[in-house]
Amino acid sequence: MSIAESLALALKNIVSSKVRTLLTMLGIIIGVAAVIVIVGLGNGLENYVAGSFSSMGANTLTVTVMPRGATRTLETEDMYAIVAEHPEELALCSPTVSLAGGVKIGAGTTSTSAAGVSEDYSSIYHSLVSQGRDLQYSDIATRAKVCVVGAYVNQAYFGGNAVGQTLRVGGQALTIVGVLEQQESPMEEGGSDDCLYLPYSTAARLGGSRVSSYVVTMVDEARLEQSKQVLESALSGFFGSDDYYTIISMSELLDAMTGTISLLVGVLAGIAAISLVVGGIGIMNIMLVSVTERTREIGVRKSLGAKERSIMAQFVMEAAVTSALGGVIGIGLGYLLSAVAATVAARLMGEALTVSPGLFAVLAAFGISAGIGVLFGYLPATKAARLNPIDALHYD
Amino acid sequence: MAALIAFQDVCKYYRMGDGTVTAADHISFAITRGEFTAIVGSSGSGKSTCMNIIGCLDVPSAGTYRLNGRDVGQMNRNQLAEIRNELLGFIFQQYNLLPKLNLLENVEVPLMYAGVPRGERRERARAALEQLGLGDKWRHKPMELSGGQQQRVSIARALVGKPSVILADEPTGALDSRTGREVLAILQDLHAQGHTVVLITHDNTIAVQAQRIIRLEDGRVVYDGPASAPEAVVTPRAAGLPGGGGV
Ligand SMILES: Nc1ncnc2c1ncn2[C@@H]1O[C@H](COP(=O)(O)OP(=O)(O)OP(=O)(O)O)[C@@H](O)[C@H]1O
Ligand SMILES: [Mg+2]
Repeated sequence: MSIAESLALALKNIVSSKVRTLLTMLGIIIGVAAVIVIVGLGNGLENYVAGSFSSMGANTLTVTVMPRGATRTLETEDMYAIVAEHPEELALCSPTVSLAGGVKIGAGTTSTSAAGVSEDYSSIYHSLVSQGRDLQYSDIATRAKVCVVGAYVNQAYFGGNAVGQTLRVGGQALTIVGVLEQQESPMEEGGSDDCLYLPYSTAARLGGSRVSSYVVTMVDEARLEQSKQVLESALSGFFGSDDYYTIISMSELLDAMTGTISLLVGVLAGIAAISLVVGGIGIMNIMLVSVTERTREIGVRKSLGAKERSIMAQFVMEAAVTSALGGVIGIGLGYLLSAVAATVAARLMGEALTVSPGLFAVLAAFGISAGIGVLFGYLPATKAARLNPIDALHYD
Repeated sequence: MAALIAFQDVCKYYRMGDGTVTAADHISFAITRGEFTAIVGSSGSGKSTCMNIIGCLDVPSAGTYRLNGRDVGQMNRNQLAEIRNELLGFIFQQYNLLPKLNLLENVEVPLMYAGVPRGERRERARAALEQLGLGDKWRHKPMELSGGQQQRVSIARALVGKPSVILADEPTGALDSRTGREVLAILQDLHAQGHTVVLITHDNTIAVQAQRIIRLEDGRVVYDGPASAPEAVVTPRAAGLPGGGGV
């Protein structure tokens, strides 16, 4: 009996008992759907993180200084000098001072993120000014009480006419001198357009602290190791120890984050996959019952000349087709749930999260569920094939 | 011409608890091609045991059974399945049609296991149903038919593979007497067309419709001869008692 023949036979039997088949497949359906959703969410999250990081500049190194216990203090001039000494590896540098406590516009406080930076930040982050002017060296030198704002702040709080207006950061009134180009669309509260930049010197005074964080760009992103090494030796030379600073590259951070996400997705998908095994056991259970119920049929088929391997093929095929069909339904359900999850994520995170399980996950889900059918159908099929035709013929 | 079915001192022992039951005790007979033989006997005489061996569903414990010259006792399960498919056509008391398949598909089953391609299979199954007068009902499921019709389908299924032997186990057992006679008439027809028919029954009135009777008693052959002879329907031991081994 050919494979096509066994397939036709299996389909016939499956179609003739739809409810039972559906119940048999339930475990596989749920397992496959769960794996698809989890892998899809994981992929979406990874893409989202990668996307956010690349907008922050993949060619940047972040230096954080921890001056406690050090014999020398690193002034911003010292950091600029280090970068200037290595033009073959390092390009631009900007201190970064993040200010907590919110931005007051009129009577309300907004969730706008405020950071003190140098005049080079716009080159570092590839952001251009669309209205007014950018921050300038003179603003930094004079600790000018000025700032530039993101497109969202301009639109949402100033109706598009922010230049010349004032807002307050940490109790200090700042004059808006420029508006940045829109980064993403649509713009959202808390997004990358809901931001504010002021001179780092002004920010450091407001925060009452020394500058302790820098962003440095590399000449060539591909020479990450060498660039990092240059900065590393310069800083350890300065402090006489490597205990007082850390250097993290954006791409390393991204790798670490996506690595963590992948691990988490793997563990969750593994847990979901257990339900596939449970589904397989369910199939085996029903198939064993089915073999008993169909003992007489097996006896008749054997008396008409069915060999053991034909009976075997019939039952294994039935289990595999049932399971694979469950897999297909599970994939469909998984996609449906993924779409729902994407919508929910978009609501919660204010970000468009594409939940995409990918072709590989789908093929794997299909293959694994068919494989489970074969695996767990094997025992019942063996039982059927071994039946003694005389006993089977007289079974009621 | 060599015998189609040759039993030579065939014995069958069953283990029952501590002892053994002898279901067939040195049975020997030979059936040639084209014969219509009835194997009769009372309950427990060994008819089913014989029919299982003739039908290659079981092998003898001792002695030899040759079907078409081949020693069945030496065959493995796979070879037995092949022999059943090629040389034997079964007709059962309970028809044993597959309830989920329609009549045509039921008749196709032996051809499917013989590896006959789909188109030819359909054609031959169609022809066999036609021959039994059920050509127009091929789409029906077995349950939609009367007992007699179902038995005709099972005869079509037995014939479709062009077997050497048609083996009928109590084929009229589940039918009323009129339908039973019809089925018997079909078997006689098949015999007339040259088929070898072996009929197993406990009923003397049916057995006498055959050409030859082999009577079993306690696993032994007690009569083997023409069905027309008066001794054919009376067992030596039950002589004088009404009915002999059956109704
Ligand atoms: N599988 C078995 N295990 C043990 N004993 C068996 C088995 N099959 C048959 N026997 C015994 O062998 C003997 C012959 O049985 P068999 O079934 O051949 O008789 P039979 O002529 O077909 O009877 P019936 O008309 O009731 O069907 C009986 O004594 C029976 O109990
Ligand atoms: Mg019997």
